[in-house]
Amino acid sequence: MTGILGYAAYVPRFRLQRAELAAALGGGGGGRGARAVASYDEDTTTMGVEAARRALRNGDRPRSLAFATTAPAYLDKTNASAIHAALDLGHEGFAVDMAGSARSAIGALRAAASADGGLAVLSDVRTGRPGSADEREGGDGAAAFLFGAGDAIAEVVAEASTTAEFLDRWRLPGESASRSWEERFGLEMYLPLIRDAVRRVLADAGVDEPDHVIVSSPHARAAKMAAKQFPGRVPEEIPPIGYAGAADVGIRLAAVLDRAGPGESILVVSAVDGCDAMLLRTTPALERRRAAEPVSEQAEQGRDLLYATYLTWRGLLEREPPRRPEPERPAGPPSARSEAWKFGFVGTRCEACGQVHVPPRRVCVSCGAVDRMARAPLAGRPGVVVTYTVDRLAFSPSPPIIDAVVDFEGGGRYTLEIADATPDEVDIGTPLELTFRRLYTVDGVHNYFWKARPSGQ
Amino acid sequence: MASNGIRDRVAIVGMGCTPFGEHWDRSADDLLVDASEQCFASTPALTKDDVDAYWLGTMSSGQSGLVLSRPLGIDYKPVTRVENFCATGSEAFRNACYAVASGAYDVVMAVGVEKLKDSGYSGLVRSNVPGDGTAPELTLTAPAAFSLLDPAYCNKYGVDPADMREAMTHVAWKNHANGAKNERAQFRNEVPKDKIAASPLVAGRLGVFDCSGVSDGAACALIVRAEDADRYTDQPMYVKALSMVAGPASGPIDSSYDYTTFPEVVRCGQDAYRQAGISDPREEISLAEVHDCFTPTELVLMEDLGFSDRGAAWSDELEGAFDLDGRLPVNPDGGLKSFGHPVGASGLRMLFECWLQFRGEAGERQLAVPQLGLTHNLGGRPGTCVSFVSIVGREPS
Repeated sequence: MTGILGYAAYVPRFRLQRAELAAALGGGGGGRGARAVASYDEDTTTMGVEAARRALRNGDRPRSLAFATTAPAYLDKTNASAIHAALDLGHEGFAVDMAGSARSAIGALRAAASADGGLAVLSDVRTGRPGSADEREGGDGAAAFLFGAGDAIAEVVAEASTTAEFLDRWRLPGESASRSWEERFGLEMYLPLIRDAVRRVLADAGVDEPDHVIVSSPHARAAKMAAKQFPGRVPEEIPPIGYAGAADVGIRLAAVLDRAGPGESILVVSAVDGCDAMLLRTTPALERRRAAEPVSEQAEQGRDLLYATYLTWRGLLEREPPRRPEPERPAGPPSARSEAWKFGFVGTRCEACGQVHVPPRRVCVSCGAVDRMARAPLAGRPGVVVTYTVDRLAFSPSPPIIDAVVDFEGGGRYTLEIADATPDEVDIGTPLELTFRRLYTVDGVHNYFWKARPSGQ
Repeated sequence: MASNGIRDRVAIVGMGCTPFGEHWDRSADDLLVDASEQCFASTPALTKDDVDAYWLGTMSSGQSGLVLSRPLGIDYKPVTRVENFCATGSEAFRNACYAVASGAYDVVMAVGVEKLKDSGYSGLVRSNVPGDGTAPELTLTAPAAFSLLDPAYCNKYGVDPADMREAMTHVAWKNHANGAKNERAQFRNEVPKDKIAASPLVAGRLGVFDCSGVSDGAACALIVRAEDADRYTDQPMYVKALSMVAGPASGPIDSSYDYTTFPEVVRCGQDAYRQAGISDPREEISLAEVHDCFTPTELVLMEDLGFSDRGAAWSDELEGAFDLDGRLPVNPDGGLKSFGHPVGASGLRMLFECWLQFRGEAGERQLAVPQLGLTHNLGGRPGTCVSFVSIVGREPS
């Protein structure tokens, strides 16, 4: 039987305060708290990569990858393959998208759990019309779970599901926002489906009162009422980032795993067009292998955004661009040739003199040796700023660009954009870490590559 | 391995240069006709029929020799179009000189042109080959790339950023003051230092006044064997050295590069000095036209070309060493900064100032009996560039 071997969550840096949103749209009210916001250079694929890199920090190499989202960056093209490439997994193995409703998350978890070395990556960017509940109550983020037959930190004890066809929320392909039926209808539909699945999974597992309970649903009220009906022994501390769609159940499970003790039961309930209930039991291995970045810590470290910036980032407000041409779209064949470099940040090391080259070169810049190069993966290496600039003229979806010349520990140098930072946070000597981002999108092609951000954020 | 040079084997006997600027009313064709007509007018003994071959430099205003042969109506002669980033004009000149030195032709013309102001964009626009989208220069602009020099330089030499800012301001102030004395310059106003220092930021600490002018223009030169030069003019300009260097472009990926120098320029300068037999450039060079694309570039070039000690260019600049009345006037015509930078024409424009200075035709900018001039042209960015240096003189040795 497989269990969870590793996990991690990724919460993006930015926050939209609900008070800011209310003030911008007028009409008073206000609202409390904030939602997490993916930066302009993030999408579900890049956030999935961030969560997956964290979950695999101890060098695990998954054999299959299932990616769940309600907001895929591409349609008719697998997004999981970019995640696979960014994890430097070579060409071997299976990578698949489960894109559609938030229920895809459970699909990905089950697919991963059924394979030794299965990785589930759950990621979402939640948007809605300006002023909508989806905009206000949604949140962006990702989580990843590695399953396998090894020394699990939590085991899957039982599962149960219900399915029903009804109109609670839906969205036509191409539309920018979802529609929903009147709230009470969904509530009436969901509650029996949830009760049925939960009772069966608890009976199956022989558990009366689970230690921890998570109820995740796009139908907020149904989730709230179900959580009241099936309380856990330890009250859940719901991460204050908003409902994160296909990533919601993952981020919340990660938050529970951050705090749970050994031998505790976790009831995970996801109610989307039916209900999936899963009972997990933690093991003594959990305490040694918790995620390095607890969800609560990430949730706290927000940076507030203006509503106008948020709208711009989500493409809902078209602003005057710099008077510069858009960059050309990345071309298919060169991108495929440099897959390991572009997606995996893999350079080469000269076997004759040790010089590290990013991107790879065939002729060593230091000793001139030809074709004596070994792979040098640098995505996990810390770096430091050699010199830097703020480019106020350059094309950017969110000007100005900060660029830094980065020297990597152990060798290698490249000029990279700085993510998630303001100019005052960058100086010569500033320590950096790499982060996978979407530089820009031109002619329908997303340009994925790496940026650097001040480390320890 | 050798770089033997062609010292005093060829000479310039005619030159032309259009005003640089925003020529909304003139196409690249017009600029080529203007510059070449001016050039022929400067040497009445030569006409278009006497020119055996042409070298045309343009980075982005057209492809092939037809860019020149069509507007000039060239009568079935060889026309070679060359390109080497912002050193394009110099590259056209260098190859034209070699063609004469080889004996293949008697009279050749080197022409440079650029029409930048038709694009509608700010700054230079690159045309990229299809790629994987990971190259920093796809988004990082030229001012940003050169602004990387500023913090690196301050950090290496312990220069107070305020002093560095003053030195950069002095470069812009000096070159604007020189350009104000030049009827062909794009910007012909002196600019007060406080206005320069407070100009709107473009990249890093570089403001608008730290950047060279984006402009349209053309310039050209007629080149003959040195021994034939007296037939065409009473004041030829002799070519003492021509050096072109393309580096391995390793700076942006090699940690041994520190963003306070252009190794390409150092090597190129050494090569040129050797070709010209110059041992002490500070004493022997009378004027230098260098590639001041951005103000910190000029500071670094002073060190790379041996005009300042390492770490001292900023203070030399502030002390006025490179002013029009300083120990070595640098960019007396206003430089890229105020003369403007129509890429393919700039290298020839630099030679044009030497030409005027040797002939005593530099007006208010005239230096007292200059003997040797240096022109320096840079193409690319810190760590990944090409460099050109020429040395020209009023007398054969």
